[in-house]
Amino acid sequence: MADKNISMRDAVRNALLEEMRRDERVYIMGQEVGKWNGTHKVTRGFLDEFGPRRVKDAPISEMAIAGAAIGSAMVGLRPVAEIMTINFAFLALDQLINHAAKIHYMFDGQMKVPMVMRCATGWGNQATASHSQTPEPIFAHFPGLYVGCPSNARDAKGMLKAAIRDDNPVLFTEVIALYPKPGPVPDDEEFLVPIGKSDLKRDGDHVTLVAYGRGVDWALEAAKMLERDGVRAAVVDLRWLRPLDMSIVFESFKKTNRCVVVEESLPHFSFGSEIAAQIQDKMFDYMDAPVKRVSALDVPLPFAAEIELMALPNAQKVVDAVKEIL
Amino acid sequence: MTLPREKLLEWYHQMVLIRHFEERSLDIYHAPKPEDRHIGGVYLHVYNGQEATGVGALAALKPQDHVITAYRDHGIAIARGVDPKRIMAEMFGKKTGVSGGKGGSMHIASAEHRMWGGYAIVGGHLPLATGIAMKARYMDLDEVTLSFIGDGATNNGYFHEALNMSAVWKLPVIWLIENNLYGMGTAVEDASGQVALHKRAIAYGMEDGGRIDGMDVTVVYDAITQAREYAIKHGPILIESMTYRYEGHGVSDKVAKERKDEMAKFQDRDPIKLLAQQMHDAFGAGIDDEIKRIDAQALREVDESVQFALESPDPTYADLFSNIYA
Repeated sequence: MADKNISMRDAVRNALLEEMRRDERVYIMGQEVGKWNGTHKVTRGFLDEFGPRRVKDAPISEMAIAGAAIGSAMVGLRPVAEIMTINFAFLALDQLINHAAKIHYMFDGQMKVPMVMRCATGWGNQATASHSQTPEPIFAHFPGLYVGCPSNARDAKGMLKAAIRDDNPVLFTEVIALYPKPGPVPDDEEFLVPIGKSDLKRDGDHVTLVAYGRGVDWALEAAKMLERDGVRAAVVDLRWLRPLDMSIVFESFKKTNRCVVVEESLPHFSFGSEIAAQIQDKMFDYMDAPVKRVSALDVPLPFAAEIELMALPNAQKVVDAVKEIL
Repeated sequence: MTLPREKLLEWYHQMVLIRHFEERSLDIYHAPKPEDRHIGGVYLHVYNGQEATGVGALAALKPQDHVITAYRDHGIAIARGVDPKRIMAEMFGKKTGVSGGKGGSMHIASAEHRMWGGYAIVGGHLPLATGIAMKARYMDLDEVTLSFIGDGATNNGYFHEALNMSAVWKLPVIWLIENNLYGMGTAVEDASGQVALHKRAIAYGMEDGGRIDGMDVTVVYDAITQAREYAIKHGPILIESMTYRYEGHGVSDKVAKERKDEMAKFQDRDPIKLLAQQMHDAFGAGIDDEIKRIDAQALREVDESVQFALESPDPTYADLFSNIYA
């Protein structure tokens, strides 16, 4: 089937619509998902189509939203729970980490937890420190949970559909800044992007840029800028932080021998730390330069626009990092 | 007494089986010779003293109903009909344990019995109960969820969020507080502004099921039988069962032993002795031999469970990695 050019917001919406129409067990629960049509308008019209049985406006109870999703998944439903932004998912951390991620293992496979927790994520817009974070790596620390974050509309649809169909708990984060961004998306109910599969977004032979989420945009923009100087950069979108698929990164690195990691999140014990560690461990013989990381600066995000943007990564910072190791 | 003889004898058997099982567990944990301490680790929370609450409550359920509890879970599992051999094996950390030796004493579950587990984060299982009960409403099933709650768990946020959500959605949950007067070592009056814990139901617009004598199995059975009917028809109900634990919070707690007078008061109304007396009064001295026979039988079952656990294989290196994901 042909692609349609739609926003990432609509791609996520279509994924949910298709899966709810396909499978009666799939339901949505979260704050403002029904009457309000979703805080980010992803679930607009859902209450009209599916009714309050399957589109549940929940109280502001993050722990209970997460826990009820887990409990209902254990007995056979397939919840897609929404926590408005990932900042509030910290309130549900115990459910995600001590329960969702552990129940299958702790009871030796007696129960499955086929749930998806959707959260908006990302820095900026003067949202300030407690509402402006990209903390996926925290959640990716724990075996038992899958963590995915799409960088574009096409992946958003395919990844979310795969997550809903999977029998494991998935934390699925959506970068707020990417919601309006359009892109070609297959108008196909069976279009899936498998869990744990990374993607080569651009090939190149001088340096490998590794990113996920919004970092992919900065990496692609930087690759274009570098091209003007004759530098051909490869861009790998990891898409999933867990399971982490390093195969394309390693393949590319064997050719480029250089790597810059681009991450919207903080640098300390980060996504970039893990990628760098794996490259030096597995690719030591191919290394021609240290792995560089372009991350947010190691500060809580301030309100004032003048200094807020200074803390964020951008394409120019990626170009600068590449030039340091060429 | 209107309850049939066979039913009472069955409850007596379960209660005395739990008592012997727990006493044997403690003996093994504290065995003088290290090589005899087959129950290792640092956690062992026994149910001695509280048997009437667990046995009476579960006797009122139907096979399709759901049960969930905290870490003081062996007795609940036995009362639900889970094989004591597989519970003991779990506590020994054996592959034949209900959770393959991966869960231990605090994580006894049996999906086939709809006993969804023992959970070790205080209050963490309460939203799971909410979620399990959601399925009954979602699919219009005649199923209730019985969630045990320690008195200590009424003071963290899980209690508030999970109970409120169940009330908003009128879910068929029986919230059963086991008030054994102490959350670890802290007395209820030192931890709760409202010491009549059942009254918290009022705050949620939920049915207040009142306070019941948790040492009398027949009282608990009657209360939960009525609660089941109520929950299916109308929604959640909160009941407070007054009981007492004869041992410390866990094996490391020696403080409980100092509460001699209080302990003696409760042991005067020991649930097992009380039921034996009730049966003696109702059916005459002829039943005393039957009671002795059941007592001996329960001891044999505990012996068999220990034997089974001793002869069972340990988990292997491969098991370390199995069932992390479904």
